[in-house]
Amino acid sequence: MTIKHHPEESTLLAYATNNLPEAFNLIVASHVSLCDECRAIVESHDTLGGALIETGTVASMDTESLDRALARLDVKTMPERKRHTPGTLPTPLQDYVGGDVDSIRWQPVGMGVKQAILPTSSAATARLLYIPAGAAMPHHSHKGTEMTLVLQGAFEDEDGRFARGDVEVADADVHHTPIADIGEDCICLAVTEAPLRFKGWLPRIMQRFVRI
Amino acid sequence: MSERILTGQNEKQTEPDWVLMILAVRDHRDRAAFARLFEHFAPRIKGFLINSGADPSMAEECAQDVMTTLWHKAAQFDPSRASVAAWIFTIARNRRIDMLRKQRRPEPEDLTWGPEPEPDQADVVALQQETNNLAKALKSLPKVQRDLIEKAYFGDLTQSEIAKITGLPLGTIKSRIRLALDRLRHAMKQ
Ligand SMILES: [Zn+2]
Ligand SMILES: [Zn+2]
Repeated sequence: MTIKHHPEESTLLAYATNNLPEAFNLIVASHVSLCDECRAIVESHDTLGGALIETGTVASMDTESLDRALARLDVKTMPERKRHTPGTLPTPLQDYVGGDVDSIRWQPVGMGVKQAILPTSSAATARLLYIPAGAAMPHHSHKGTEMTLVLQGAFEDEDGRFARGDVEVADADVHHTPIADIGEDCICLAVTEAPLRFKGWLPRIMQRFVRI
Repeated sequence: MSERILTGQNEKQTEPDWVLMILAVRDHRDRAAFARLFEHFAPRIKGFLINSGADPSMAEECAQDVMTTLWHKAAQFDPSRASVAAWIFTIARNRRIDMLRKQRRPEPEDLTWGPEPEPDQADVVALQQETNNLAKALKSLPKVQRDLIEKAYFGDLTQSEIAKITGLPLGTIKSRIRLALDRLRHAMKQ
């Protein structure tokens, strides 16, 4: 798989340092699950975090501290492993959906387009979008940054073509009309700082666009 | 007495090999190795957490938790992909989030190329070397820049402030990225 479009490096740093709203954490974790290049960058930020701890302030622990820790070592805990569950959705997304694509509870929003809003903190919104092959995503605008990760199929807009694993970053002033490839229905994860504002569901705007 | 002085001098010259300590914990459940890891890292984790705004008692509790987590998760440590300090950083970051309980932090899924082979010793050495270089680079940074990086890692930077950091001339981070990439590509060929 060749991924061409990645999140900005500042977003990857913000993920490593926990400076992102939950919905953006989710899209970065999902992209990194598919993209070794960004995984390497995130891990390099972890390395910097380690170097900060190594070279940073030393605050002495309570005198009993080590003994208490040693006493707790035999308490059995089951450390959870990050699993890999194969599917269309990367594992972190499957955790939110409760399974793969079959488990998504779609809400129709018109003209064959469907969405499913995922439960995250309110600072940002994460939604899965389903755009039938060849259809246009309804025209919309957003107040802040929007990131879109393609999970199945592909779409194309003014910025280029985006396929599985690609992330499109759109700022508030971007007016884009993504159109799904004709070959396959498109499923994406779209994350926005502020709720998406769909501009009136007029048939004129919702016109099905089929490319030949 | 003279023995103790001698030990002190030796310790100044060479830091203990923390990777070997973790492997001793992993393979032999070595409590002495754990104690040495604890004495080195717990006060640093505590200092890091206090600087990031935690009160001292929470930082104390969290540092203890991080170290016991290290004991239980030792089998998951891969010395060709992370320095001991980097691994501890990720545990501390996630533990801190658990304690604040504001939101979840989804983690990327595991790498998928099957059962982990014992990591290549050359990769381990290269990574630990690179990490040492990074720590040196960090120490030699002007204070203003170091403060900026710390602020980012303490979780109170805006996006535009973060963008400034990614422009910092930390050459070793870039080479570390290349190293990690090489290693990932290498591992995927197997
Ligand atoms: Zn990427
Ligand atoms: Zn948009």
